[in-house]
Amino acid sequence: MSAVIDTHDQDHHHGPAKGYITRWLFTTNHKDIGSMYLIFSFAMFLLGGTMAMVIRAELFQPGLQIVEPEFFNQMTTMHGLIMVFGAVMPAFVGLANWMLPLMIGAPDMALPRMNNWSFWLLPCAFLILVSTLFMEGGAPNFGWTFYAPLSTTYGPPSTTFFIFAVHIMGVSSIMGAINVIATILNMRAPGMTLMKMPLFVWTWLITAFLLIAVMPVLAGVVTMMLMDINFGTSFFDAAGGGDPVLFQHVFWFFGHPEVYIMILPAFGAVSHIIPAFSRKPLFGYASMVYAVGAIALLSFVVWAHHMFTVGMPIAGQLFFMYATMLIAVPTGVKVFNWVATMFRGSLSFETPMLFAVAFVILFTIGGFSGLMLAIAPADFQYHDTYFVVAHFHYVLVPGAIFGIFASAYFWLPKWTGHMYDETLGKTHFWLSFIGMNLAFFPMHFLGLAGMPRRIPDYALQFADFNMVSSVGAFMFGATQILFLWIVVKCVRGGKKAEANPWDGAEGLEWTIPSPAPYHTFSTPPVVK
Amino acid sequence: MHVHAKRASVFMGACLASNQALGDWTLNMAPGVTGSSNEIFDLHMTILWICVVIGIAVFAVMFWSIFAHRKSKGYKPAHFHENTVVEVLWTIIPFVILVVMAIPATATLVDMYDSSESDIDIKVTGYQWKWKYDYLNEEFGYFSNMKTSQDEIYNRIQKNEHYLLDVDNPMVIPVGKKVRFLLTANDVIHSWWVPAFGVKKDAIPGFINETWTRVDEPGIYRGQCTELCGRNHAYMPVVVKAVPEEEYNEWVAEQQASAERERELTEKDWSLEELMERGEQAYQTACAACHQADGSGMPPAFPALKGSQMVLEDVQAHLDVVVNGVPGSAMQAFGDQLSEVDLAAVITYERNAWGNDTGEVVTPKQVFDYKNEE
Repeated sequence: MSAVIDTHDQDHHHGPAKGYITRWLFTTNHKDIGSMYLIFSFAMFLLGGTMAMVIRAELFQPGLQIVEPEFFNQMTTMHGLIMVFGAVMPAFVGLANWMLPLMIGAPDMALPRMNNWSFWLLPCAFLILVSTLFMEGGAPNFGWTFYAPLSTTYGPPSTTFFIFAVHIMGVSSIMGAINVIATILNMRAPGMTLMKMPLFVWTWLITAFLLIAVMPVLAGVVTMMLMDINFGTSFFDAAGGGDPVLFQHVFWFFGHPEVYIMILPAFGAVSHIIPAFSRKPLFGYASMVYAVGAIALLSFVVWAHHMFTVGMPIAGQLFFMYATMLIAVPTGVKVFNWVATMFRGSLSFETPMLFAVAFVILFTIGGFSGLMLAIAPADFQYHDTYFVVAHFHYVLVPGAIFGIFASAYFWLPKWTGHMYDETLGKTHFWLSFIGMNLAFFPMHFLGLAGMPRRIPDYALQFADFNMVSSVGAFMFGATQILFLWIVVKCVRGGKKAEANPWDGAEGLEWTIPSPAPYHTFSTPPVVK
Repeated sequence: MHVHAKRASVFMGACLASNQALGDWTLNMAPGVTGSSNEIFDLHMTILWICVVIGIAVFAVMFWSIFAHRKSKGYKPAHFHENTVVEVLWTIIPFVILVVMAIPATATLVDMYDSSESDIDIKVTGYQWKWKYDYLNEEFGYFSNMKTSQDEIYNRIQKNEHYLLDVDNPMVIPVGKKVRFLLTANDVIHSWWVPAFGVKKDAIPGFINETWTRVDEPGIYRGQCTELCGRNHAYMPVVVKAVPEEEYNEWVAEQQASAERERELTEKDWSLEELMERGEQAYQTACAACHQADGSGMPPAFPALKGSQMVLEDVQAHLDVVVNGVPGSAMQAFGDQLSEVDLAAVITYERNAWGNDTGEVVTPKQVFDYKNEE
């Protein structure tokens, strides 16, 4: 981060505070907070990734070799929670902090002190969550979806700490979302109407509304668990008149919009990167905005497609099947628009573009398997098998995470003032691409052949593809150390980056020097 | 580090020494042996091909751009950025494809939901970590436990062909009859799945779900629990044996007779040796997964029984724990899961095995009386 400190002060404001504690703990600067979010999220990505390595090592062969089933279940649970709440969501909030003010010509986020607080809550929440690994009875072991009564009556003692951690993460997310909405609605430069906003701003605006709508629902469901565990209520206990399926309805009412929270900002970022490296404007800007809006609205009425086997009445099955299939329409529009943007452009393939193109292809594959899962009768065969694991890893790894990598490479020159090492960047891409496909594509086959998810040990007919998948996962995991090295190298030095290092990139963020000065747009630019 | 190094070397050893007949490279779903599973298979193939065709079309355009419209080839970019006709078309066409897809899916779903007019009703109850099958009209029921040994799981001996997919007492159903399953659970949510039937339904404590099947071909069909249900989720397979009707009727008569014999056994006088022998077997199926075959347990979650104060001294407390379980812990109430004879045998076994030599015998009658006192 030294590059940010080195920045000489263009607009004649004071620079960052002196001293480590005052600079980082008390900062209200959107760039500092953005950097902290990104560093935190990468640390969590490595931690959650390490847990995935334990999972894949145990699944390398049938039988129990490395860990006991209790610990395996803790690993799958913590891997999911850390990746969703610790890696993907904070990474997007970090990107939002850095880029939203620069993209709309604002001097900072609208609520800078709350911004500081919403970041610093996160390390506290994850300290609590990770500490459960060392408690008696172990960490949560009931899957990241924590279905009752496995997580209530039958949960480990650490469940209450898990609930507290989720509450704190929720508070952090809600405050982050309020900040994003306040910034976008109030602080746009003169002339930037809503329909002139860059797509990353649009997708984050919609994401922030989703967050505000569903994080309280998550808080509600964990509070009901808390009451069931500690205060003798029976929300989810049939013996006391409750209903375990109620848990799933409430959880997935949060959970389905949540998956769009993890992908919409990536949609936005990719909608900047593809036009930049195609040297051609984004095709169908307005329909891209409407498609994101439609996806967000539909995300509230499809939750029970995660629950086709719980025994809903047939009318419910049909409603949720049709509504879910409908999501394919706006999602398809987005993919078609990206392809149409590339069509007859003048394409070059720097690292951000490689990740963005892989994003479109692999996310589409994840979308196809999603469409298959939406067909309720077929879902009876796919549900809770590795086919589902393959599906959501295809939308989250090359979807959300490749989206984040693409964004990081795209904006690193703006953040650090240096170009990253292109050869290393491309190596990172190709190793990630091959490793990721090797790890997750065979999971489709395993699921179709009948391997259930969340098992530490499996029948012999699944052995071959599990071994392939583990090899791919180790490759993907090891490759991420390279990314750390690339970023460190880029922060420390490298070829000087111009204000706009990409000849096709457009937007206010490219009008300011690289690295971005500590304070920018103290006088708002005028957008025509 | 030392422990890790040791584990790593064991792991590498296991990889190199592996001479097991490993699996096959199955790529796709198998069609199955029931009407429903075949309909599902057809739906699956249809939607898969639709996706493949759309995927090829979209990616073809994309790859054409990637190869032809390159800056390095000096290709000059076009400047178009919207076209209403195209946008409307690629909204409407996918919608029509989805409607076409939804029609057969709806028909299949309606068919699968019709569990009326069944010939046989079987109640399926999920327990941590086994299934119980109650034949409601024939008035008998039994537990179905995984048969795979701990030695196979921990790679101490060669794995069986049906590793993790073999049970002591499979469900038996006749071919050509409509069998209705009523599913529920005793503790947490489980899910009962037989891929070849196209049947997967959650077993939810306190609620009863319905589904059905009609199997055309005799055979042994294997599946697994598919809802995470705790430690041994991987170890509760489903095995269903479909047999011709005459064979099924014989089997039912036999089950009813053996249920009667079981009741008589409670009355019999048991010697320590007889109880120990029966107890060892019952212990292996019901207790060993947590408390370990040698009674050493896995503290703190699963206490050791070997040398345990309670096991050595307090008979009443021992009965209470085994019959009623320990609420809020993984220790289940075995009172309804095991017969009086097996309960007595297990308790006697625990009090006399692994050097616990108390010499005490707990008889089936004692267990029976204890249960009725409550």
